[in-house]
Amino acid sequence: MSGDQEPRTVPAVPQAEPSVPASRLLMTLAFGGAFAGLLIAYVYEKTLPAIQKYADAKIEGAVNEVLGKPARLETLYLVGDKLSKTPPAGVELREVTKAYVGFDDKGARVGVAVEAAEPGFVDEVRLMVGFDPATSMLTGFSMLGQKETPGLGDKVEKDMTFVGAFRGKVAPLKGTKSTATDASTVQTLTGATISSRTVIQIINHAVALWQPRLQALEKEGVQ
Amino acid sequence: MNAPIPALPPDEPAAAPPPPPQLFLDFWSGIGQNNPVFVQMLGLCPALAVSNSVTNGLAMGVATLFVLVCSSFLISAVRNYIANEVRLCSYILIIATFVTVADMVLAAWFPEISKALGPFIPLIVVNCIILGRAEAFAGKVGPARAVADAIGMGLGFMLALLMVSAFRELLGSGSLLGFNILGPRYEPWVFMVMPPGGFLTLGLIFLFMGWRMDRDARRAKEGKA
Amino acid sequence: MSGLAWIFFSTLLVNNFTLAMFLGLCSFFGVTSKIDTAWRLGAANTFVLVITAVSVWLLNTFLLARTPFLRTIAFIVVIASTVQIVEMIIKKYLPVLFRELGIYLPLITTNCAILGLALFQTTRNYNLIEGIVFAFGAGLGLTLALTLMASIRERMDVADVPAMAKRMGLVLIVASCLSMAFMGFAGLGSQ
Repeated sequence: MSGDQEPRTVPAVPQAEPSVPASRLLMTLAFGGAFAGLLIAYVYEKTLPAIQKYADAKIEGAVNEVLGKPARLETLYLVGDKLSKTPPAGVELREVTKAYVGFDDKGARVGVAVEAAEPGFVDEVRLMVGFDPATSMLTGFSMLGQKETPGLGDKVEKDMTFVGAFRGKVAPLKGTKSTATDASTVQTLTGATISSRTVIQIINHAVALWQPRLQALEKEGVQ
Repeated sequence: MNAPIPALPPDEPAAAPPPPPQLFLDFWSGIGQNNPVFVQMLGLCPALAVSNSVTNGLAMGVATLFVLVCSSFLISAVRNYIANEVRLCSYILIIATFVTVADMVLAAWFPEISKALGPFIPLIVVNCIILGRAEAFAGKVGPARAVADAIGMGLGFMLALLMVSAFRELLGSGSLLGFNILGPRYEPWVFMVMPPGGFLTLGLIFLFMGWRMDRDARRAKEGKA
Repeated sequence: MSGLAWIFFSTLLVNNFTLAMFLGLCSFFGVTSKIDTAWRLGAANTFVLVITAVSVWLLNTFLLARTPFLRTIAFIVVIASTVQIVEMIIKKYLPVLFRELGIYLPLITTNCAILGLALFQTTRNYNLIEGIVFAFGAGLGLTLALTLMASIRERMDVADVPAMAKRMGLVLIVASCLSMAFMGFAGLGSQ
């Protein structure tokens, strides 16, 4: 070995450290985990009320918008595949699918509002759909969340003529590029054909899904 | 290592100004010569994804700055207690914790921005800038320098975001920060707020930088010749 | 188009992870100087993506329902471990590939596409099969984008490019054109 010339300089090797005991490694990770857990749990507690309040306000606003600010609202809960006026026991209330029934000041039913969502052009489109289960007539829809192309697809939320055109139409709807002539046709937006068709599809599917459930509830006599 | 030279007494001949303190150098390099986006080419994913409006870009910049500063500080403070084997794991744990905190705070008090930024807030965890700085710097120096570097890098990142998003929002929506600037007669160039527009904007900025570097190199060569 | 086919084709073409969703850009710009490296990294990514999709589904179904705030940490830990394991497997059975990929293999951990997949899968509530199809679509989409960019860059290397556009400037403009081209897939498969 003596006299050998190393062609490369050997980088300085630090004094060989004794191998770190596994217990020390575990303790480091345990401390780290504990710190992380505590900090996150603390912030979670602080922020949860605000997050929930915002979500609730958004839903309430959408329901009122879609049913035209009814005098009274009643919540129905989905238990299994049937609707009931009482929430199911043992399940977190927020996890239960709900439908909202609106009544005017004379006690007549104005309509029912339900949430519905399906993939759109970019990502999921979430709507609140309002309709009258007896006649399949729509009272309108409100956008809960969409990420469609700004300036093009997002006109389905921002173009008030489009949004308003749904009021009074009868499901199942069809989209058309020319002016709508009958009560089941809606004119799609230029530059937002796919997003418009998504909205129409979501509404059709929502009505088809909820109408039997609501009619079943009526048949039970619990109006 | 340069220690700041105290002010020279007046009767000495004019000498070079004292070099700026190390902390300031650490801070400034993140903004200019070591800018994470334009020079190191890190953090491109969020730089392009959320830069279709200045509000979003600003929010992302602030969130990233927060995570960068907090995690750099903590990593530097505990660097002597973290064994080499669990280094990367601990860094990721610390960074992920602060990202979760930022995510929850945004969702609670700025819900609209939180929804607009969507999954890109949790994606800060894999923003190469943060892990890169932790590995290269914060894990090796004291907290003061680590924080100075973090603030510099964070502000440099925010600067890049603001440049790209201002350009995209102005041309793509005719507005800045939501305020309509170009008036109602302006037909927005929607292409700019869509993905190809993002690539194009950054490409134009890099073209400009390439032109500057090329020109400086040519001038240096001509100066020498 | 039926659900699964739509998920696959929309992730592969319409909402390509790299060219439309801006995920996985570091490797997109870093590893695309040679076609061979590019598609091999794409394949490695696809593998990691599919495993991640399964792990994420397991996590979401059994662990994270009660503790949604631990989501980010849990995902990144799973991803880091998966990449570690994949690295060891490749090192043992495909040593040439291991040397070729070099630093970019552990860097898959910080590839936004992997964590992005985990997050999208969670918000869209995909079940196991949908998640796996989603991961395949995403991985193939990444590979497609990487390979396209690499083939163009190989040509660019021998073309007469002005000095100011060398390196990143022109690459980004090419990326812009690729992204524009992929926008042509919009509307694929919708009713």
